[in-house]
Amino acid sequence: MQYAISILLSGVSLGGQYALIAIGYTMVYGILRLINFAHGDVFMVAGLMMVYLTASVPLAVSVPLVLVLTVLLGFIIERAAYKPLREAPRMSVMISAIGVSYLLQNLATYITGGLPQMYPEIPGISATVSIAGVPTKWVTVVTPVLVLALVLALTQLIHHTKVGMAMRAVAKDFETAQLMGIRINAVISTTFVIGSFLAAVGSVLYFTNYQSIVPLSGSLPGLRAFVAAVFGGIGSIPGAVVGAFIIGLSESVIKGSSWSIFSDAFTFALLIIILVVKPTGLFGEKVTDKV
Amino acid sequence: MKKTTTKSTWMLLLSVAALLALVVVLENVLDPNKNIMVFTALKKGAVYALVAVSMNLLNGFTGLFSLGQAGFMLLGAYTYAILTIPTAQRDAVYYLYNGSAVNFSLPELFGGGAFGLVLGVLLALVLGGCVAAAVAWLIGLPVLRLKSDYLAIATLGFGEIIRAVFQWDKLGPVTNGANALKNFPTFSNFNIQNAGGEVVLRLSTFVAFLLAGICVAVIVLLINSTYGRAFKAIRDDEVAAEAMGINLSKHKRLAFVISSFFAGVGGGMFAMFANQAQAKTFTTAMTYEILLIVVIGGIGSVSGSCLAAFLYVAASEWWLRFLDAETFIGGVKVPLLRNGFRMVVFSVVIMIVVLFFRRGIMGDRELPDLFRRRGKEGAAK
Amino acid sequence: MSESVLKVENVTMQFGGVVAVDNLNLEVNKGEIVALIGPNGAGKTTAFNVITGVYQPTNGAVWFQGEKIVENHPQGKMKQQYKGEHAGEYTQTLAPTPDKVTRLGMARTFQNIRLWKSQTVFENVLIAKHCRATSNVFSATFRLNRREEARQRENVLELLETVGLADVKDELATSLPYGKQRRLEIARALAAEPKLLLLDEPAAGMNPQETEELTDFISEIRDRFRLTVFLIEHHMNLVMNISERIYVLDFGKLIAQGDPAAIQNDKRVIEAYLGVSEDA
Repeated sequence: MQYAISILLSGVSLGGQYALIAIGYTMVYGILRLINFAHGDVFMVAGLMMVYLTASVPLAVSVPLVLVLTVLLGFIIERAAYKPLREAPRMSVMISAIGVSYLLQNLATYITGGLPQMYPEIPGISATVSIAGVPTKWVTVVTPVLVLALVLALTQLIHHTKVGMAMRAVAKDFETAQLMGIRINAVISTTFVIGSFLAAVGSVLYFTNYQSIVPLSGSLPGLRAFVAAVFGGIGSIPGAVVGAFIIGLSESVIKGSSWSIFSDAFTFALLIIILVVKPTGLFGEKVTDKV
Repeated sequence: MKKTTTKSTWMLLLSVAALLALVVVLENVLDPNKNIMVFTALKKGAVYALVAVSMNLLNGFTGLFSLGQAGFMLLGAYTYAILTIPTAQRDAVYYLYNGSAVNFSLPELFGGGAFGLVLGVLLALVLGGCVAAAVAWLIGLPVLRLKSDYLAIATLGFGEIIRAVFQWDKLGPVTNGANALKNFPTFSNFNIQNAGGEVVLRLSTFVAFLLAGICVAVIVLLINSTYGRAFKAIRDDEVAAEAMGINLSKHKRLAFVISSFFAGVGGGMFAMFANQAQAKTFTTAMTYEILLIVVIGGIGSVSGSCLAAFLYVAASEWWLRFLDAETFIGGVKVPLLRNGFRMVVFSVVIMIVVLFFRRGIMGDRELPDLFRRRGKEGAAK
Repeated sequence: MSESVLKVENVTMQFGGVVAVDNLNLEVNKGEIVALIGPNGAGKTTAFNVITGVYQPTNGAVWFQGEKIVENHPQGKMKQQYKGEHAGEYTQTLAPTPDKVTRLGMARTFQNIRLWKSQTVFENVLIAKHCRATSNVFSATFRLNRREEARQRENVLELLETVGLADVKDELATSLPYGKQRRLEIARALAAEPKLLLLDEPAAGMNPQETEELTDFISEIRDRFRLTVFLIEHHMNLVMNISERIYVLDFGKLIAQGDPAAIQNDKRVIEAYLGVSEDA
């Protein structure tokens, strides 16, 4: 019983952390039809920034600073690596995303010297708490609540603000939206800003749990979050969240069983099955292809 | 017209033969112990050239964005290794699993010696390709229906699944679990020794070049055949290709299977180069590396992929090494230089290529085109 | 009675609740040039797509050279939604892919030219020969099909000479002027060795002189290659000059059929179509 609860707890908190990353994937895909391979690495860089910033400034400063810097990073990546390729074939943009991911990983290796970095303790969420007799960190409890609050705020933003309306319009039809005078670049930048912000929050939660960061720390959580986005139906925010919790829970169950070596294989097998059987995912809208 | 075609074919064959001869001469004139980097770069370059060309066949010539290359290489590498480890070495290699489930070795089945080695290695490489091709055939049907980026992510996922399966404990007696397979014949086994065990003729780099060369030549022949033309039609306009009687699913699957076959052979050769086969080497990062080679060389150019493979390997393994070493000039430490800086510089260069030289070195042209069209283009500009 | 090449039988194509083609019946006989006309959005291209296997009809059948090649009946959700006629008459499902239809002997062109952009004129036509090649991938790669390949190349050269594109054979297809690109698309379709040639608005975007040349060209290739031609067109000059029979489609329904003179005097046609476009 205790074992089941501990699996459930870690699954839910993992799912919440994936959800925050998955939203970034799903929003960017919804608008640019681009799998932003660098998103997972942005998440990793956010973690590293935290490590280095806490070494020099107090926590109360470093947390907001990390959020701001990560947002800035996402913004710069979009402007430097994706915007110049807006008219290029989709394959070129995807290659550029892979290039950015490669660059961020190599930079991280250079700066850390390839050694695992310890994530700082964050008072409050790093502390231990006992739920139904199972010891866990506060972050496990905080994550689902925070995710819910952020997702609610985000849906409000998308459905009730002008920028949100513009985002929906661009996601629906890129060219028409442009013709209607929507400032495409501003909308895309906003999307990256929101995605990076959520990834930064996700990284604080995730690394408080897992503590050690290596340059490759971002790539697998990133891919898992992407699978979650596809599972929920790419382009759909509630879909990404539901998908992320499912992926998080199943990962935690498999990791706790004797099949732990297959946890990633399972995630990807799930991905291939969804793509083949129901490419629109759980909540995705049907994409009509113009022939 | 016919005459110029045969003439240029002869020129091409001649230059390839000259290149191979040059490799043999180099390897036997230069001291291999003082020039380790040169020959490492050459061998790895040859292997990567083959894998990059096989990826280009899919991404550049058929327009299918697949990221499963490392997975297929893994299949080839393991098949090669499992079939060629000498029986006497098996207990040592598989010590964790009390010996191997496969208790024969192809070179020995063919009677050992030089003859057995050549035949066994060749057959094992081809079988490695066949295993990769068979798996590609199986997953091709569902996966190839997916549109561009979904295909990319599904094949990438496939690579990860393969990697996990091969590290699985239960398959240990065959795959040696997460441990490396080793002690199988490598490129150095092709160096000819005299009775005293002294190397008289070094052929290791030559063998790598020859094998890669043959495979690339076959791919080039395919690309220029009626099937290759059909692939290009699918890349340029799928709807028109289908309307002109080209069966899309059949031809896409064909391209996928053939590309995977050569990736498998390339994987076997990679094992020969690295002296070991281990699942954890064949990561997504390896696929990305190969993809970047294809992009640098020019998507849709075979000679571009080959050139880029050597440039990439030489730059990352050899020319840029100095960036990783802390250097002092006149007692002053040169800033930035330390471990890892090489890859940073390297990835910046790649981003520059991706963003500003999107056509890569060759675009979609081939080396011979450069000589043929130079006059014409000069006049046009 | 002459031999029927193409027969469209009770074809209805419904997208969700929208009926694009409603109970279409038409027949094209051997050696004829037949046109399908109608205002924009009448369902002409949809009909074409059903015939060539791009769309699967909701109900009805298509016969080619006396053989049933397409058949369908409302299935699943469509059973309730179906608004057309003849619902119970078809039971089979035959849905060949476009490439199979082409190999059976039908080749088409596109309304918005779809040439292979990175290929030369010669290669564009040569690729269309691929569906007639008998070599497998091994024999083709290792050049064991030399004879077939040489014959194909020769055929393509001849074809290019016939259509007057031999002098530009090594140019990139997309570098040709518009009229020649249209001609090349037709040449490419001919290379697939069809019995029936389907032309989707071959004169779209052409000036009067080019249109006139095209008219002659179509009759010429019909005679030379013993073809049957079925075309969709907007250009009344071309249609009236060239076609032996005309079918008129409006809102998915066939409203008239007959020879050009009869169509020109048909009241419903004038109302639906000719009455509006006076410049035609």
